[in-house]
Order: sequence, then C-alpha cells, then structure tokens
Amino acid sequence: MSRAFDARVDAALADRQLKIAVERTAGTAEAKRGAAIGAWPSFAAARERAAAIKDHVIANLGAYLVQFEAAATASGATVHWAATADEACAIVVEICRKAGAKSVARSKSMLGEEIGLPHALEAAGIGRVETDLAEHIIQLAGERPSHIIWPAMHKTREQISELFHARHREPHAEESIVAMAASARRQLRGEMLGADVGISGANFLIADSGQICTVTNEGNAELSLVPPRVHIVTAGIEKLVPSMDHAVHLLRLLARSATGAALTQYTTFYAGPKRAGDRDGPEEMHIVLVDNGRSAMRDEGLAEMLRCIRCGACMNHCVVFRQIGGHAYGGTYPGPMGSVLTPALDGLAASRDLPNACTMNGKCQEVCPVAIPLPTLLRGWREKSWREGLEPVTLRSGLGLWAWAARRPWLYRAGVRWAIRAMRLAGRGWIAKLPLAGGWTGGRDFPAPAAESFMDRYRKGER
Amino acid sequence: MTIAPSSRVALFVTCLVDAMRPRVGFAALRALADAGCEVVVPEAQTCCGQPALNSGDRATATDFARRNVAMLEGYDAIVVPSGSCAGTIRCHYPELLADDPQWAARAEAVAAKTWEILAWLDACGWRPEGVTLPATATYHDSCSGLRELGIKAQPRRLLGAVDGLDLMPLAGEETCCGFGGTFCVKYPAISNAIADEKAAAVEASGAGLLLAGDLGCLMNMAGKLHRRGADVRAFHTIEVLAGMADGPAIGEAQ
Repeated sequence: MSRAFDARVDAALADRQLKIAVERTAGTAEAKRGAAIGAWPSFAAARERAAAIKDHVIANLGAYLVQFEAAATASGATVHWAATADEACAIVVEICRKAGAKSVARSKSMLGEEIGLPHALEAAGIGRVETDLAEHIIQLAGERPSHIIWPAMHKTREQISELFHARHREPHAEESIVAMAASARRQLRGEMLGADVGISGANFLIADSGQICTVTNEGNAELSLVPPRVHIVTAGIEKLVPSMDHAVHLLRLLARSATGAALTQYTTFYAGPKRAGDRDGPEEMHIVLVDNGRSAMRDEGLAEMLRCIRCGACMNHCVVFRQIGGHAYGGTYPGPMGSVLTPALDGLAASRDLPNACTMNGKCQEVCPVAIPLPTLLRGWREKSWREGLEPVTLRSGLGLWAWAARRPWLYRAGVRWAIRAMRLAGRGWIAKLPLAGGWTGGRDFPAPAAESFMDRYRKGER
Repeated sequence: MTIAPSSRVALFVTCLVDAMRPRVGFAALRALADAGCEVVVPEAQTCCGQPALNSGDRATATDFARRNVAMLEGYDAIVVPSGSCAGTIRCHYPELLADDPQWAARAEAVAAKTWEILAWLDACGWRPEGVTLPATATYHDSCSGLRELGIKAQPRRLLGAVDGLDLMPLAGEETCCGFGGTFCVKYPAISNAIADEKAAAVEASGAGLLLAGDLGCLMNMAGKLHRRGADVRAFHTIEVLAGMADGPAIGEAQ
C-alpha cells in the first residue's frame, strides 16, 4: 500500500473518537434502513426499475441534456456547460463577480466538493456561508466532508460542542443537541439572509420541465434559493431523469436507503427565477451542468456507476469504511462508491489502494438502491492497475511465482510440501509469530498446517 | 430444489484445504460417500485462481479458468468445500471466458454444475445420521457463499440434524470477518480491526464452537479469537456433519 494511504489508515484506526462517531451514525443508519426496506415488500422490483431509469437516461444522455436545457431556458434560467471542474468553478466565480457578490450562501452539494468550489470561492475572495449544519461544522473546523450525506460524521457531538464553544459568537449554555442547533442558527441565520448569491446542488434534474429537485433535512437548500438575488445550481450531468414521476420513484429509494426515512424533511421542486407577480425568489437563476469525467466514465466501462443517487448506503454498510471513516480514503467520495469514483476523478496512480482495500464481500452491492455492481467495478480498477504496472513488484513477482507453480501440479505439490515444512518449523499448533507473515501474525495467531497435504495423503490411499 | 446424487462427482479440494487442513477434504469425502455420491479427486487440481482474479491479474485468472474447466467438464457435478472458490468457478469463470467463443459455453456448463458442498448435500436431501455433538455453536455466513451463491438456510438445515448441537445466534452473522483473501495481508491493520469486531461478536454469542463454510474466514476468525484469549473452538461445517468434530479444532496440533 502507498505510504500516504497507510498513514491515513493508521491515524484513523488510532482515533477512538472517530470510531465512536462513525459507529453511532452508520450503525443507526444501518438499523433504520434495514427496518424501512424490510417493511417494503416490493423493494426488489423498485430497485430494478430505478436501475432501469438511470440506465435509460445514461444511454440517452445527449437527448435528455438538450431537452433539459430547452425546458430550463424556457423557465427563465441560464444554462451553462462545464467540461471540467476548473471550468465549472470559473463559471460560478464569474457569475458571482458579475453579481458583485461579497458573500455566497452555499447549500451542501457533493458536486461542489468534487469540483473544489469552496476553495475556488475562497481564492476569488468571496465569503462563503455554509448553510448545512454539518458543512458549517467542518467549515469551522477547517476540514473536509467525511461522508456524502453526513459531512461531519467523523465528529462526535461532544467534539462539536467544544468547537461551537470556541467559535460561535453566542454558544449554547446547555449541553443538548437542540441548544447546539440554536447556537448554529444564531451564528448563521443573519449571514444566510444577507448573502448576495445562493449556490446549491441538485438531487435530480427533470428533463421535461427544466425543474431542479433538492432534498434536505434542514430546509437550508430553500434558504440558499429564495433570499439571495442570484441563485446558482451546480449539478453533474448524471442527475437527469426524464420526468417528475421518475424523480419521485428514485426519491422513495434515496431517503429509505440513506436514513430509513420514507421521505426527507424538505423535498423541493423548482424551476426558473422569480416571475412577475411572484412574492419571492431569485432575480437570476443559473444552472451549471458539469461533466468532469462523467462522459468518459460512461464510455470506459463505468456507466453503471452513473446510476448512483448518492444515498451513502454502500459506505454505511462497508466493513472497511466503518473502521477507517471517510477521510482515510483521501478523495471527495469515500466508501465503496468513492473507491470506484476517485480513480476516475483523481487518477488511478494516486488512488490504486482504494479499489484494493476492499474485502469483496458484496454487501455494498446488496444494499445499493440502484444495484450498482460495485465489487465488479472495483475489480475492473484492480485489473487496470495490474495492466498498467501500478501494483507493487513484490505482489507481482509473488503471484507470478505462485501461478507458475500452480500450473504444474507436481511442482506445485513439491512447493506445498516445502511450505508446510517451513510453517511447521515455527510451531505445531497456534503460531504467534510467523516469518514473512507479519501481516497476519501482527494481530492474529496462525494455525500450523497438518504434516502432510490432502493431495499427498489421498494419493497414498487415505480416505 | 432436490436433486439426485450424481454418479460421478469431482471434489475440488481448494488450495487452502489441501495445504492447511486436509481433514476438511476427508470430511467432504466421507459426507459425499454417505450421500451416495461416487467421488473422484482430479489429480491435476491446484487452485481456482482466485488470488489472481482478486489481484487484478485477469490473464492469469483466465488461464486458470480454462485449465480447470478442461479438468472438470467431464464430471456430472463439481463439489467444493468453500463458498468463495465455488463462487469463482460458478460466477467468475463464465465472466472471464465470456468473450472466448471456444470456451464460453464450456465455462457456462461447468459453472452450472458446480456446487458449494453444503448446498450440494442439502439439495441431495442428505442429512447427517447418527452424528452426535453435545455442544453450542454459532454460525458465520461467509460473504461469497452468501451473496454469490445464496447459501444461508442450507448449513443451518444440515446442522439442525446433528444430535445435541445447539445453534446460537450470532450478531452480525452476515458481516464480513475481514479476511478477504490477499486483503488480510495487503491491508493487515484494517483486516485486523474488522476481525476484532467479529471475534467480539462470536465471544458475545456465548457459543463454544464457531462454524462456517470457508477455511480462509475460519482461520482468520479463529486466529483472532485465539489471540484474544477466547476459548471458542472453530471447525469447518463439513467436519461437524461428517462426525469429525471430535478431532483437533483449527489451530490445535493436527
């Protein structure tokens, strides 16, 4: 494994607060999702339809993009196209500049994180108010999100309480979640309402109406949409669905898979800026459609990954994520879906550990509401890494030697005999320390093999 | 489904059973014979190729698939005492050879008649007769068997026929134990942390025995249990069903 990944993993495993925080949130999500899916007899059929909807859109992406652009333009919005993360950020910054924006109210969006928007706004000298409570927490802490729906999942409420005490103007006097939320509200509400530009993401882009659909549990997307003069939506092109009917179908799967709830607290569909006669709404609305590698993913064997509706179920149920949390992955997206996306976004050479650091247990695919074959896609990255010579030379030569012998049964048997003798030199029962197998015996005892292999004993007539 | 025990069944022993724990192979022979199968152990067998498959070495994995398809296609059924090796043959060989016109159909044919041993014995309608084991046990569902082959009820049905054996629930019985083949030595710190939680759950079950259907997972869990000082003993399920749980458990001198 690479040293950087190794170091992040070691730091994460040594952090007991992290383990507590991840277990609280993911453990609760796992139990609630299980109950919600268990109470939904037609889940399997719903999942199949969801996958089919997304596959249809991805296969006909060009046509739906054109349809969406026409409908969104007719609603009064301006549609922008960004091929890369840099282009997308440049478009957003330019809109903010034209609007003379000193501050923006941002509603959490993973696409925004993916394209580096917080950093781009900062570099342009534009103040940023994070309206999502968890994004506010990590903004205060100067950190990055560690989960796609709970960005501050890595922090315990005790740690957050300390942070608020240190950084809020009027921190909570009483140690309760309600009082802490009120502290954040006091801190944020004025800044939110005074922002010049609002920026949000999209959970779905509705092709036939040009509508945007967002889901939140705090109503913060709506607060970034309505008060500011200018509103900007940044969204990946895979967020398209043909109609509201399709979005509603996917919403049922999204909320249940993420938190076990039937629906999020706020689900908003909207289109275009404020019209004549409307009481409120932005005067300008911009939609930035971002590719950033998605077309290439579609054409290079990762089309199924574009089904993803960002529910987080794969990471909530991943044994590796549950141990190391989100930051150790080192990319924008953690967990199984992140281990498929990060090599596509950041390059395989820098992220080859991610598809490898997986036990291939298949749980992520089992819980995925759009049936993405995550283990198969991860294996695809392993194969690419092998082909491109990125795998460590020790592994390549070790596996090569094994494969060379295993194609020659008689030679292989001799090798097994030799290996058994070597292992039995270290002990006859449980072995606490086995040379060259420190990875195993560092944390587990190793059972010594029997004196003779099955094939040797069988050949001698034993039954 | 119920099937008739076939006349010629190939036992694919798996490389791990061959080298580490031959008793599992002999238990398989005993149970299969009891079920009325004529068992053959193909002499040229070594490994299903899973280490190459999971390391991304597709060319080597495909080569193993071809070798093993050729070796196994003459038998009526192929029975494997491991969910992950059976899953490799049943789910991945057809995938690896899908684009090879000479091999695709042959791989499909071998895949269709490849069985994990507990699923096979259950489908044959076989039950252990006269096997007594006065003990408490808990069962871990190994991931590949569970999710690639749908093995869940079969081992429990078979173990239910062992006299005196009391099967106790395991919290997180479907949660991976952290073995993951080469994963456990490539990323030992993560593997170790996962195994620790699994071992804690096994200890909390209160059972005296840990059973599963895959030797790799068993070695990982048993090795962790022993390191933690737990006195839970571990066996492959087929050893129990063949009446061989009176011998050394995993890690006890063989």
